[in-house]
Amino acid sequence: MELALNQPAPLLKRLSWFDWLFAAIVAAGGLFALSRFGDYMDIYEKAILLAAIPSLVVSGWLWKPFRPLFIVVGAVSLFALSQYQGNLARMEEAFFLKYLISSQAAIMWMCALFGLATLTYWGGLLTRSEFMLKTGSTLTWSAIAMGFIGLMVRWYESYLIGADVGHIPVSNLYEVFVLFCLITAMMYLYYEARYQTRQMGAFVLLVISAGVGFILWYTFDRGAHEIQPLVPALKSWWMKLHVPANFIGYGAFSIAAMLGVAYLLAGRGILASRLPRLEVIDDMMYKAIAIGFAFFTIATILGAMWAAEAWGGYWSWDPKETWALIVWLNYAAWLHIRLVKGLRGPMLAWWAVVGLFVTIFAFIGVNMFLSGLHSYGTL
Amino acid sequence: MNPSSQSFGKSLFELLSSMRFAISLLSILAVASIIGTVLKQSEPYSSYLIQLGPFWFQVFEKLGLYDVYHAAWFLLILTFLVTSTSVCITRNAPNFVREMRSFREHVSELSLNAFKHKHEAATTQQPETLAASAQRYLEGQGYKVRNLPREDGVLLAAKAGSWNRLGYFLAHSAIVMICIGGLLDGNLIFKAQQVLGVKKIETRDLPQSQVPAISRLLPSNPSFRGSVQIPEGSSASVAFFNVADGYLVQELPFTVALKQFRIEHYTTGQPKSFESDIELFDLSGKKIREATIAVNHPLIHEGVAIYQASFADGGTRLTLRGWNLFAPAASSFPVEGAVHGNAALTSAAGDHTLEFIDFRPFNIEDMGGGIETPRDTMSVLGGSPVSDNRSLRNVGPSFQYKLRDARGQAREFSNYMLPLQLDGRWYLMSGVRESPNEAFRYLRMPLDPAGEIDSFMRLRGALLNAELRPEIAARFARQALPQEAWGTEIEDKLKSSATQMLGLFAEGGFQSLGRFIEEKISEAEREKVMGTYLRILELAAFEALQLANQQAGLPAPQADQATGWLVRDTLNSMSDLFVYGAPIYLQLMQYDEVKATGLQLTRSPGKNVVYFGSLLLTLGVFFMLYVRERRIWLRIKPGHALLAMASTKHTIDFEKEFARHAQALDTLVK
Repeated sequence: MELALNQPAPLLKRLSWFDWLFAAIVAAGGLFALSRFGDYMDIYEKAILLAAIPSLVVSGWLWKPFRPLFIVVGAVSLFALSQYQGNLARMEEAFFLKYLISSQAAIMWMCALFGLATLTYWGGLLTRSEFMLKTGSTLTWSAIAMGFIGLMVRWYESYLIGADVGHIPVSNLYEVFVLFCLITAMMYLYYEARYQTRQMGAFVLLVISAGVGFILWYTFDRGAHEIQPLVPALKSWWMKLHVPANFIGYGAFSIAAMLGVAYLLAGRGILASRLPRLEVIDDMMYKAIAIGFAFFTIATILGAMWAAEAWGGYWSWDPKETWALIVWLNYAAWLHIRLVKGLRGPMLAWWAVVGLFVTIFAFIGVNMFLSGLHSYGTL
Repeated sequence: MNPSSQSFGKSLFELLSSMRFAISLLSILAVASIIGTVLKQSEPYSSYLIQLGPFWFQVFEKLGLYDVYHAAWFLLILTFLVTSTSVCITRNAPNFVREMRSFREHVSELSLNAFKHKHEAATTQQPETLAASAQRYLEGQGYKVRNLPREDGVLLAAKAGSWNRLGYFLAHSAIVMICIGGLLDGNLIFKAQQVLGVKKIETRDLPQSQVPAISRLLPSNPSFRGSVQIPEGSSASVAFFNVADGYLVQELPFTVALKQFRIEHYTTGQPKSFESDIELFDLSGKKIREATIAVNHPLIHEGVAIYQASFADGGTRLTLRGWNLFAPAASSFPVEGAVHGNAALTSAAGDHTLEFIDFRPFNIEDMGGGIETPRDTMSVLGGSPVSDNRSLRNVGPSFQYKLRDARGQAREFSNYMLPLQLDGRWYLMSGVRESPNEAFRYLRMPLDPAGEIDSFMRLRGALLNAELRPEIAARFARQALPQEAWGTEIEDKLKSSATQMLGLFAEGGFQSLGRFIEEKISEAEREKVMGTYLRILELAAFEALQLANQQAGLPAPQADQATGWLVRDTLNSMSDLFVYGAPIYLQLMQYDEVKATGLQLTRSPGKNVVYFGSLLLTLGVFFMLYVRERRIWLRIKPGHALLAMASTKHTIDFEKEFARHAQALDTLVK
């Protein structure tokens, strides 16, 4: 009787053996890291590591494709680490490292795969080919895997450069741009599975490709891929929380903006027959802004708490802080209009698109044009 | 109360709690905030004056744009935001609480039939039986259910996601709380005191102890954010904070003493950590505690947080050798000084004031040296993220000073203590610039084989000494000519041109030599003549060095390549002396470094209020966005069941859920 009603069973009862295996791997990895490197961590870093275990496990349980991604990234990264044999020069000698999985090689593969995924998604969208769209998803997954491997290996490489140089790779504009591409792509793939629609990939991958373009320009023109030691202000466990939380926000806002573009095009009859229904796009857009807003709120609060510890005040009206507030106010207004007034339609889509420009300015523009305390990623 | 004022009050209430007003406030706040990010805040007023010109400077000052976020009008916007949010909460509160509690049991069948989301099913079951299984189902779905018997059957009233409304309260009270916390930590108290005339800012540059009481804030001041610089071995019991074009002195409830300030560096030379070993004493002088603070690791003592904010020189003592650059002798004189201090210099070159600005124990310079970081495609693709810092080098200590002449004109100098190797030879470097926004131009003085600049100075003195010139010229002519030509007219001619060359050079370096040639020699021959003259000058200079060494009782210089370069470099460097802009060069011989730490001291009673507000905000946002409020009614009559569903937000999820429940009802009725 109960089964016939399609009653959702509690999460724990729905878990398969693979879920438990995944949980065991995550826990074993985390605890191993704690026992091996615990002596070099302060209490907060230990807490972050321990809290990461259940967070990753639950992410995998709720979103199944996360499990193979995690295992593949972990296994390949460990393989890459073993290839180094503790010697940085192996980067140029060992075959796998040189062409595939040294940090820079892996990140360049990520860039290439994102580029291919963009083209494939557009091909699939224009020719209505489900196969091409599926290929687009696969390419995006591969790009994500390569990107995460690149970041993991980069983390290790930074310690090979010097024990005091080593740090999590979220400390400068180059590293966070890689993170931005990865987080945006992951969030998109989550929605893709949830809404059973792959067409939006063509739009979302455009903004990721723009990020890739920036990474390439930044690498070739400015040599920004070099690992630099942390300035004293950034040497804090807060960085591990503040930066990723911020990029969930930025990623989600970017997705929302691209959905806004799709909405506006479809509303004018352009590509309309190839895109999902307007209500679906609208709903995805709302979901993206909601999750982005929630994480951006957390990120800003974490940032304020970090500022209180590093700069002597939780709010200094520094340009970056102020622009974060502006971004926050912008999406707060968006949500008010939609939730309270119940407004839908092109106006909110336009607003989401404009919101991306505000977000981009807060993200890069502030570093380019304004000076202040957040001057870690100058162009 | 008369009706018109009542209606005014009511419409004000309506306005303040309206959505449109709230959105407008959010937008105005956002736009106003932009101003402060575009115009640099809290700069010295003089730099605004230069930037904006006198007219706009005054306009901007009146608008409070130099400190937007503390301007009265900005605080007014914030006050409106707090008021509007509070009014909004008060207005919605009773209704929301009722909604959260209510199951809407009194809904009529007629209105249920009018629902957009409704589903009907025929049933053979008894109303009570069906109600029981439906209740189990709904409770399994996370609903709270009320079973209400009606004359002809049952009404199930169910609700889920009431926390959505709780989220509204949490998020909106959080905004009020954060703003109030922020205001507590702002400078409102001082502003009030300033308006009342009890306190005023100090604009004069006074020693701390002479700042009058009207510009001093007592240790009991509940909130402040000030900074202070303490040299090693000194202490401070006040902090300063800048307001508009002046400052205030904040007296501290304790004394901070700096034992040591340390900077650690990475191997690449970038700073790795800044740390201060400090001691706290109470005002009677009793030691309270000792601590080491660093960036990201402040010390919190009795509600006052002490942060590592910056560092500076704390008055490094310098032992210097002064050289008179235009004296016809290689004479130096001793100079003593300390950074941030002044010294009077009386020398043959006139009276000067020496103002010591700074001392840097390290200078990391990119020496280039032909190491190009490869950035071609292949090296990046398969490449290494290891940065190539081999060209970075610590070139040792330097000190900065201004030399002000009797007329008050000053130039800024930056002299290195250690020599630098350039093109394979060693030089002492002295940088000069006219104003702070220029780059330094460097004078390079060659070192002799002993590694000193004494040979340079001796040769320079000899070349400037007019009395030695005939002797130098004579020696040169004898060296240059074969013995047969000695005593002839040729020798006299060569002697006199050498004397002339030396005289011209001593007047203004290569420039005056060049001017002479331009005036006297036809254009076609200039280049050839210039070559000859330079050759004469170099050879004569070598003789001058020999003579100078002889007079100083030193061994004669080797006639080798090193001496050749020494002579050539000396001529170049001497020529530069005429544009160096100072008659004196100061050579750093010894230093005794004293560092100073820059601390920031804050007391922010509102911090915990803000943090608590932030926690509520986070919870509130999640409840509002991720808890959907939904209601279900199931009206069961014999043979018939009606399912109706409602939500405040009609999302796709809602449609899906409704479809699921409708399907469930079809299963249940069987």
